[in-house]
Amino acid sequence: MHDDPVIRVVSKVLIPFVMLFGLYVQFHGDYGPGGGFQAGVIFAAAFILNAIVFGMNKGRHVWPPRLVLQCIALGVVLYGGTGLVSLLTGGVFLEYSVLGKTQVAGQHLGILLVELGVGLTVASVMVGLFFTFASRLSHRRFMKIHNDEEDSRTERAKA
Amino acid sequence: MSEFFLNAILMIFLAFIAIMAIRQNRLFGVVMLSGAYSLVAATWFVVADAVDVAFTEAAVGAGVSTVLALGTLSLVGVEEKKRPIEPFALVIALGTGLLLLLAVLDMPSYGLATTPVQLHVGPHYLLESEREIGVPNVVTSVLASYRGFDTFGETVVVFTAAIGVFLIIGGWTRAARSGQETPPVNEKRSNHPQEKSDA
Repeated sequence: MHDDPVIRVVSKVLIPFVMLFGLYVQFHGDYGPGGGFQAGVIFAAAFILNAIVFGMNKGRHVWPPRLVLQCIALGVVLYGGTGLVSLLTGGVFLEYSVLGKTQVAGQHLGILLVELGVGLTVASVMVGLFFTFASRLSHRRFMKIHNDEEDSRTERAKA
Repeated sequence: MSEFFLNAILMIFLAFIAIMAIRQNRLFGVVMLSGAYSLVAATWFVVADAVDVAFTEAAVGAGVSTVLALGTLSLVGVEEKKRPIEPFALVIALGTGLLLLLAVLDMPSYGLATTPVQLHVGPHYLLESEREIGVPNVVTSVLASYRGFDTFGETVVVFTAAIGVFLIIGGWTRAARSGQETPPVNEKRSNHPQEKSDA
């Protein structure tokens, strides 16, 4: 798929907009349909498209697997941390009203933070899953080529 | 009335795609049909005014899971193994389906205002969320604030599931790290020329 200029050009143009749309869904979730989960999936789709069209190596370069793992944990920590902060500032766990000056301001901030946590976890989980599947595939291909070489070598040795 | 026809058309479409997917024995076609199924289901969710659910279905069902299923296909092969129909399994499947249909008959009709779902906390969410949360999208205020615990649990489930997948098929184990096995996920290997070919 790397050699098709149409796909390459179209995805190059499209990927920034997909990411922008993901961010829009993330931060506009309070006002319209969407939220952290949907935004995470859309955001991850941009990275997956990038990896499919331009190769796994480039895909891994953009978002390294180690960083993917850290982001998965960071999202959960962000969500739980918001709950802990509201616990420490005098509310109960995940009571956002105590986070801001007014109840509504606190709720807005809390919802923003937890949605960000959900989005981060979901996006990195999706990218991580794709990387895992794809690297298994290339591993298999590598092993197949390797085994074929071995076979031909043994055949040659027999002859 | 027009909504009834729209629903009917979408339902027939869904059933049609499902039957096609069952009859298809080339797995590539099955994956594509399941993506199409998700897309039609998302359309139906829009008709049923569940825009957030439709969004999720379109993004996850039709998008990412199709890609992941295609990735799986390239690992396991694209032809389904021919197997004779087992009568016992058939009886169980049909029986379960029949019981589910019977259960549907007992459910209140769609959108009925006097069901417990509409009478318990629903009215409070709809009437008070503007004052208490101040977020126009009630779905977001329910998910993130009123039901913040549930969503936290869901996020942890996603986290745990991903860790499980990485451990089982990702080879992100200690043995693989220390190089006893050829690790599937390893940046060192990805420089190999043959590995550049991708999905």
